[in-house]
Amino acid sequence: MKPIYLKATAAAALMSLAAFGAHAGVTVTIACGTVGQDFDFCKKAGDEWSAKTGNTVKHLTIPQSTSDILGLFRQMFAAKSTDLDVLNVDVVWPGIIKDQLLDLTPYAKGAEKEHFPAIVANNTVGGKLLAMPWFTDAGVLYYRKDLLAKYGEKAPTTWAELTTTAKKVMDGERKAGNGDMQGFVFQAKAYEGLSCNALEWVSSFGGGAIVDASGKVTINNKHAAAALTTAAGWIGTIAPTGVLNYGEEDARGVFQKGNAVFMRNWPYAWSLSQGADSPIKGKVGVVALPKGGDGKTAATLGGWQLAVSKYSKHPKEAADLVMYLTSAGVQKDRAIRGSYNPTIPALYKDGGVLKANPFFGDLYDTFVGAVPRPATVTGVKYNEVSAAFWNATHEVLSGKTKAEDSLVKLEAKIDSIRRGPKW
Amino acid sequence: MSTPTTDIAAIGIPHAPAARAPRSQLTRERTRAAWLFLAPSLVVLLMVAGWPLGRSIFFSFTDASLETIGESTYNMVGLANYFGPYGVFNFAAVNGFWSTDWGMAIKNTFSFALVSVVLETFLGVVFALVLNAEFKGRSFVRAAVLVPWAIPTIVSAKMWAWIMHDQFGVMNALLRSAGIIDQNIAWTADPAFALWSVVLVDVWKTTPFMALLTLAALQMLPRDCYEAAHVDGIHPVKVFFKVTLPLIWPALMVAVIFRLLDALRVFDIIYVMTSNSVDTISMSGFVRREIVDNNYVGFGSAASTVLFLIIAACTLIYLKASRVDLGGEK
Repeated sequence: MKPIYLKATAAAALMSLAAFGAHAGVTVTIACGTVGQDFDFCKKAGDEWSAKTGNTVKHLTIPQSTSDILGLFRQMFAAKSTDLDVLNVDVVWPGIIKDQLLDLTPYAKGAEKEHFPAIVANNTVGGKLLAMPWFTDAGVLYYRKDLLAKYGEKAPTTWAELTTTAKKVMDGERKAGNGDMQGFVFQAKAYEGLSCNALEWVSSFGGGAIVDASGKVTINNKHAAAALTTAAGWIGTIAPTGVLNYGEEDARGVFQKGNAVFMRNWPYAWSLSQGADSPIKGKVGVVALPKGGDGKTAATLGGWQLAVSKYSKHPKEAADLVMYLTSAGVQKDRAIRGSYNPTIPALYKDGGVLKANPFFGDLYDTFVGAVPRPATVTGVKYNEVSAAFWNATHEVLSGKTKAEDSLVKLEAKIDSIRRGPKW
Repeated sequence: MSTPTTDIAAIGIPHAPAARAPRSQLTRERTRAAWLFLAPSLVVLLMVAGWPLGRSIFFSFTDASLETIGESTYNMVGLANYFGPYGVFNFAAVNGFWSTDWGMAIKNTFSFALVSVVLETFLGVVFALVLNAEFKGRSFVRAAVLVPWAIPTIVSAKMWAWIMHDQFGVMNALLRSAGIIDQNIAWTADPAFALWSVVLVDVWKTTPFMALLTLAALQMLPRDCYEAAHVDGIHPVKVFFKVTLPLIWPALMVAVIFRLLDALRVFDIIYVMTSNSVDTISMSGFVRREIVDNNYVGFGSAASTVLFLIIAACTLIYLKASRVDLGGEK
């Protein structure tokens, strides 16, 4: 009994010493994503920063769905919570939470000029640099090289081609014994991800971007209706009905298990599909999303930024962590090992980055020319507009309403969200 | 000749019941002591229940947002959050009130509450009758039955979401290998199934609760009725409907009202399991969405006030209809 007791006392004494030692630095709490490998990368980079500065990094685990994360942050901000110092900010949020973020201009010292100007502009509200670009995103089409070769097909360039190819390969594979084979998986759960997917369909059919730059609601048009009708035709044919409840990780689960011919997802899924434990390693290709009819290819602009909460007790250290995590060195490592798209144009010419992600070079124009969601024009009401859009789309996909009727209702709904002539 | 005391009695103090004897010193002291002892819990109740309720009713008349509630920079907007084009009761909506999100939330919540409570009550009584019978290992089974009720709703909802997952879920795998279905069914995503999948999980989770309350009532029943029925050779089914059911009825009705109130404010199970589209949104889910996601604290508070009134109205109607005696005065 006695030696154990002594040991425990010694351990406790050591621990309190260690705790005392850690007091030299401050503790910075960061929330940085839980999708795919987000957490592991964030943990590693955070540890490196701790070792460099002597500060401690605490990780706050947040939900997977971006809509849920925004809800959580909003509640923390409303309570003026000091439990959160550094937070990840979706590309559509700067307008929504602009009053809760610290101006990073004095800490960036011009470092933002290395990044894509369009993203920096997106993160600058009222002359304040509210967030540093961390990684950018654009929807891309993943396909099974081996299966397309087996059936003598090419990667599709239009949605119509995708539909026929998916059907052909899916039917063939099912006959060959894989009853679980699906043609196409994407994100159609009623959340922000569905808005991203649907915007790609609508935009590629020439149906605009829901609300135009002047604030006019443009979604109720025949191109948009054609796009949604096309997508609704996939449910239950080439796509499982379950996509109506799929987020990014659900779609990746099906694809990476080898049970889908095509997948629409963000670039992060690439490095995971090439991991040692992936059944489809070396069998995956990535191309730009298909065109709609005689339209163009469209990828929704995604991506995440890092920002500092206005209520942080250690803004200086928090900003320093943000600058470290968004620096070229960390972005390069994340690009090579995690296929996170850098926000620094120079890294797209880097040999190591291109070797790990061959499609970064081919799809450079897709990443630079991605379609933004109407977040700037709708400002703080963006989330509500997006929710109206994803709910309307979800109803069309699930077969409850026809695209035309749903869009009439959606137009009225967005007009009522605006409350008056101006956003 | 009358004494002054009887004079007063003759004039009559309008509100004092004539029959009541004058309060003794002791009674008054007792009353005072009772209030004194009750005071702390009343204060706590006012703080944790009265104050938030009052605040949300107050906010329902404002245009507050999450940013402005802290700064008190919101404006009063009267009944705009309740009626008119931007209110919860928008009777001029394009496709009518019942097609608005709030109208659909009301419909969803009531479908969920009615179906789940009926099923839970029925199954609960069946379970309780089984558990009330004498058999070997009864105490073990009684404990085991409680497991679903003991798991936190979030955990069981997530668990079932995986069981019902259309591609990886064990439910589809079982049904397919048994040859009952030949295509995976998207239990939580297909609007035809989503709400009923939620009902199924809720029934799984809450039947033990109903069974437990019913079992408690069953164990209080006097044995002599049953002995008499046995002697007279009455069929057991008839005994159940003529003896058991009437005797456990009051307890059962109280259990039902607990469940009904709980079911009408359902949130977590729907939020975790389904896609959260308007197809399955509940009234509480709508309130959360408006306050947290859309930042309309005022409008969301109006919806939550209406939710409160709806539940209160349901309770009153139910109490009147079933003549449940919660006051214990009969």
